[in-house]
Amino acid sequence: MIESALIDPTEKSRLSRIQAAWVIARRDFLAILFSRSFLFFLLGPLFPAVVFALSGGIGAAAVERSNDTRIALQMPSEDIKLLLDAHHRIEKELGYHAIPHFTIYDPGKGAEPIDIDALLADPSGKTGATLTGTLEEPVLTGTQRRVNAWQGILAVQLSMARNDTDVSYPALRTEINTVSGAKTKSQRRNTAQIAITLLFLLTMLLAGMVLSNLVEEKANKIIEILAAALPMQAVFFGKLFAMLAVSLVGIAVWALALGLVLLFAGDFGGIKQLLMGLSEPGVGWPLFVLLFIINFSMGYLLIGSIFLAIGALAATVREVQTLSMPVTMLQLFIFFFTQIAIVGGWTPLELIAILFPFSSPFAMTAMAARSDLIWPHLLAFAYQAMWVALFIKWGSTLFRKRVMKSGSGGHAKVKRSWLDRLRNKGGTTPNQSQA
Amino acid sequence: MDAAVSQLDPTGNSPDSDDRALAIEARGLVKRFDGTLAVDGVDLEVRQGAIYGVLGPNGAGKTTTLRMLLGIIDPDEGVRRVFGHDHPHDIARLIGYLPEERGLYPTMKAIDAIAFMGALRGLPLEEGRKRGRELLERHDLAHAAERTIRQLSKGMAQTVQLLGTLVHQPRLVVLDEPFSGLDAINQGKLETMIRALAEDGVTVIFSTHVIHHAERLCEGVAIIAGGRVPYAGSVETARDRIPAQVRLETRAREGAWMQALPQDTRREGDFFSFPLPESGIEPLLRQLIEGDAGILSLSIERAGLHDAFVHIAGEAAARAMEADRMAEAG
Repeated sequence: MIESALIDPTEKSRLSRIQAAWVIARRDFLAILFSRSFLFFLLGPLFPAVVFALSGGIGAAAVERSNDTRIALQMPSEDIKLLLDAHHRIEKELGYHAIPHFTIYDPGKGAEPIDIDALLADPSGKTGATLTGTLEEPVLTGTQRRVNAWQGILAVQLSMARNDTDVSYPALRTEINTVSGAKTKSQRRNTAQIAITLLFLLTMLLAGMVLSNLVEEKANKIIEILAAALPMQAVFFGKLFAMLAVSLVGIAVWALALGLVLLFAGDFGGIKQLLMGLSEPGVGWPLFVLLFIINFSMGYLLIGSIFLAIGALAATVREVQTLSMPVTMLQLFIFFFTQIAIVGGWTPLELIAILFPFSSPFAMTAMAARSDLIWPHLLAFAYQAMWVALFIKWGSTLFRKRVMKSGSGGHAKVKRSWLDRLRNKGGTTPNQSQA
Repeated sequence: MDAAVSQLDPTGNSPDSDDRALAIEARGLVKRFDGTLAVDGVDLEVRQGAIYGVLGPNGAGKTTTLRMLLGIIDPDEGVRRVFGHDHPHDIARLIGYLPEERGLYPTMKAIDAIAFMGALRGLPLEEGRKRGRELLERHDLAHAAERTIRQLSKGMAQTVQLLGTLVHQPRLVVLDEPFSGLDAINQGKLETMIRALAEDGVTVIFSTHVIHHAERLCEGVAIIAGGRVPYAGSVETARDRIPAQVRLETRAREGAWMQALPQDTRREGDFFSFPLPESGIEPLLRQLIEGDAGILSLSIERAGLHDAFVHIAGEAAARAMEADRMAEAG
């Protein structure tokens, strides 16, 4: 006898929605986590980091090269000696890169009088200006920009050389003030802006995974099996939470990697300095980090649910690409809008940002940086969760209506779906419905 | 007959003798997609333990009907009940479904694919794996258990999916074009499997555009064409729609006895062919003997399901179905 013969068919016998979502989430999470594509996904940020590092190197090299632009110096030998002495002393205080350096044309060593115009016109650009005359009557020749940039530091050196007196640098006693003079409203806004930028980047980077997952599912033709066994809402919930879990794993790995890099390779890209320079958020760091993670999760679920709905609407990969473009633009708009809206103080703009579901996580992150209030976050999470549920319900309903509308008889017809018909408005409607 | 009128003859068996409870009941199912009628007032009843076929050409509305019965999509009008439930998902544990578009995760191992499909229906994964191994062994696929779906042949992957449909031991199995893409040997195996399921009391409903599968397997059929079901009932009743044909061979070529033959008698060489008279064969036989026709042979042939299909759904639908079959074969 088959096992199900023991089940009373008049009784309900199915998985609960949570169990159903769990079955989907578990499969998706493990499948993605142990896939090669996830490895590539994890390595994704490495490429911008390499570019960043390289551009840093190139930038440093450029700085180095710009420092190679020198001042052609021609003065009496004695004056040159005094000036170089002053130059070395000031270089010792300020560092090599902080001051311009000289190419010396010493008449005492047989140098011909320099041709100022020819030197400055030299296409190699090695000479940025000339310093001629004497210590008493020095002449700096160069472009306005060069003269403006160098005249101050040269004046100091000339003064030191001319008087031959030592400039003393008194020891400066420093005291660190830990009281919150620095933790001002504007500094907290900086923290908020950086947090929002990070939130935006992570959401943008990770939410697209949801879309590709659903498209893959449709390509694999699994989706009908899932739809037959489980309510589509549970399927969507499962997929969304699996992708969220994958994203959190990704973020944890990246955070760990960054931590290790900062620990062993010093201040990579000035990130450590940036982080140390952030003022403490209104709710304090531990709670801020927690709220950031929750806000990321809510933002991810919100945008992910929209991507799922898009996946539901689209019959082909081309349609997915077409439809996801406006959502990406929406993400960008939300990012810039939130940046403007977080000026603080419960302005109407900020309230709109909090109430508009997609900008809400961003606005609440900003609020966590600025204000020590906790209750608005609890309210906001409930509000955002409501929208996630609504979007998933909407997406799954669309999916059932739009996607599951044909068997093999209509398979080819589905490819010319509503988007194509919009494009070819006025043309005939394809026979889209039979099995 | 008026094809718009559904003729419901409950289940695959004689309505008088069958008191089995209904596994599936559908009344007036209507589904539109973007204003186009895909299914137009489908009525059907399938009794528990029956093998039931949904017969029609591609594009007739078979898949849409099955999807509505399974709750994958909801009808715009009408009601469907599966084991008495309006929402088939409520009894997902009791149902197994093989969609027409076969699909499995390509990177999943065969054994995991079977277990996962069981898990979708509430079977614990470990139990699913255990049963999956038994099923694979029974179908000579034990060696494929640890292979990924990508590594399997199309036929093997199809079998794996079918086993995944059955691993949780459902009480109702819905198969959408199950024979499609299978070679003759595997078609035979599938027919055996379907019969075995029915012997275990499992209700099996499958769609097909190949009449002989339905004829060999089914107690009941729904003939579907253009989104409508002009006939739903037992195969026997469908065949009985067309009177049996009498083929008669006589020694005498002419004679008064010929007046006893029905008006629509056709002459085919040495044979006379005509529908069995409503009064039966005996009065006619008597007249032929008395008229000295010299009967050499006489046979009464019942109409096949194909003839019934042509009679009920029309020539066009029959031609479309034949074209589908040829396209698939060729």
